[in-house]
Amino acid sequence: MDNSLSKAQVAYLRARSRHKRLVLIGQILLFILFIGAWELTARIGLLNDFIFSSPSRMITCFIQMTEDFSIFRHIGVTLAETIGSFFLVMAIGLLAAMLLWLSPTLSELLEPYLVMLNSLPKSALAPVLIVWLGNNVKTIVVAAISVAVFGSIMTLHTGFRSVDQDKIKLIYTLGGKKRDVLKKVLVPSAVPLIINNMKVNIGLCLVGVIIGEFLAADKGLGYLIIYGSQVFKMDIVMMSIVILCIISMGLYRIIGMLEKRYVKRH
Amino acid sequence: MEPILEFIHVCFSYHSLDGETSALYDISLAVNPGEFVAIVGPSGCGKTTLLSLISGLLKPESGEIRLFGKAQGTSGANIGYMLQRDHLFEWRTVYDNVLLGLEIKHNLTSNTRAGVDSMLDTYGLSAFKDAPPSSLSGGMRQRAALIRTLALEPDILLLDEPFSALDYQTRLEVGDDIGSIIRKEHKTAVLVTHDLSEAITLADKVVILSDRPARIKKILPLHFDEIYDSPLKRRSSPQFSGYFEEIWKELKSNG
Repeated sequence: MDNSLSKAQVAYLRARSRHKRLVLIGQILLFILFIGAWELTARIGLLNDFIFSSPSRMITCFIQMTEDFSIFRHIGVTLAETIGSFFLVMAIGLLAAMLLWLSPTLSELLEPYLVMLNSLPKSALAPVLIVWLGNNVKTIVVAAISVAVFGSIMTLHTGFRSVDQDKIKLIYTLGGKKRDVLKKVLVPSAVPLIINNMKVNIGLCLVGVIIGEFLAADKGLGYLIIYGSQVFKMDIVMMSIVILCIISMGLYRIIGMLEKRYVKRH
Repeated sequence: MEPILEFIHVCFSYHSLDGETSALYDISLAVNPGEFVAIVGPSGCGKTTLLSLISGLLKPESGEIRLFGKAQGTSGANIGYMLQRDHLFEWRTVYDNVLLGLEIKHNLTSNTRAGVDSMLDTYGLSAFKDAPPSSLSGGMRQRAALIRTLALEPDILLLDEPFSALDYQTRLEVGDDIGSIIRKEHKTAVLVTHDLSEAITLADKVVILSDRPARIKKILPLHFDEIYDSPLKRRSSPQFSGYFEEIWKELKSNG
């Protein structure tokens, strides 16, 4: 321990790290308790494990599906679709937000339509997309994009508009044009906002991909869930949901790490 | 001597849905090369508008602004503008902040870099080149902002209450500092301020504006003895309080 710290500071730091440890232990205990209760109630027949499945049945199911590698194919497909649509959403969102910023008239013109598209339940679009685009990956990716992209455009555009006007004036006083404002002020100052928006979008893309896979897929976790429920193999359904939980947490964490690295650098 | 900057019967109003606000009315003014002009007036009277007009960010509604004897848009004059706050970008190092103007003008050569380097050296910032702006004191930030402006070698320097965001003590120091730098670089400068003592200690002549719409009430040339050659020394000169009173009375008088 650093000698330069006062006793009170040391005590404070200890109390903080103890608190953190307690929370972590609590979180792990909660998890074990939940899984244990599920398993136990299923074993003694309180829960019907044909309908509710159980942790051990899910693990068995997972192991079976690893043998022919099929589970990894399903996970891979869902991941690829999610990440692909995520990058497309970010690209479209940023470009559209910049365009709207560059032309206030265009943004006034489009505002009510954006609001409408954003609040429209995107699952309503999925059947239409199937008819238009077919029973394939295109439909799934477009469904995922449609879930996230409108909110993303609006968030980023609002962020661009709330940038300090004096910072923009500074660029003009240095002889810059709108292009310079965009490059030197808007985008760099919006990085924290963009990262936050990424966190939201990765989750929404996953939602969109699953909606798409429900309706238009023969692989992926969304397909597995629908397939499992239709043939009444709840083990497959529950296992897929658990894997989805892990994926969504993992993807969120990756962006969280990106954020930490950015904050450290600045 | 031909003036470097001229206002000829300039009027300007702002328009909004609530109506028209006249900001400047019939402003005529000449600034000579190397001159330091301070503009004082009640807050909100249109002082900043005046600077925006000189820099070309706004266009006069009537009248004309001439730079080097030519109309504003066609003169090709290089105008440096220092805003109220330094606006150093936290996502750039001090050095990259100072180079911002050159970067925008696509004028980053070894020559211009050397100029910036020597200014950083002269004004005690070279040790902070690679540091983030947050590690600078208020005074140092303002100096960095000045170097960013001077890097473009402006013919005229516009200063919009550049010290108003600083605490009093820093303000005196930085005012002294920046005033000396501008004199040393032989720049023509137009300073907008509501701090009368700042105007008197820095300027060669003080332009007193009326309430909105701003008209010129009086143009007061300042003369100090040779020995009072820095802003801080001017404060202790015998003329200081006389000028202060004169400007104060003029501001208070109606009409």
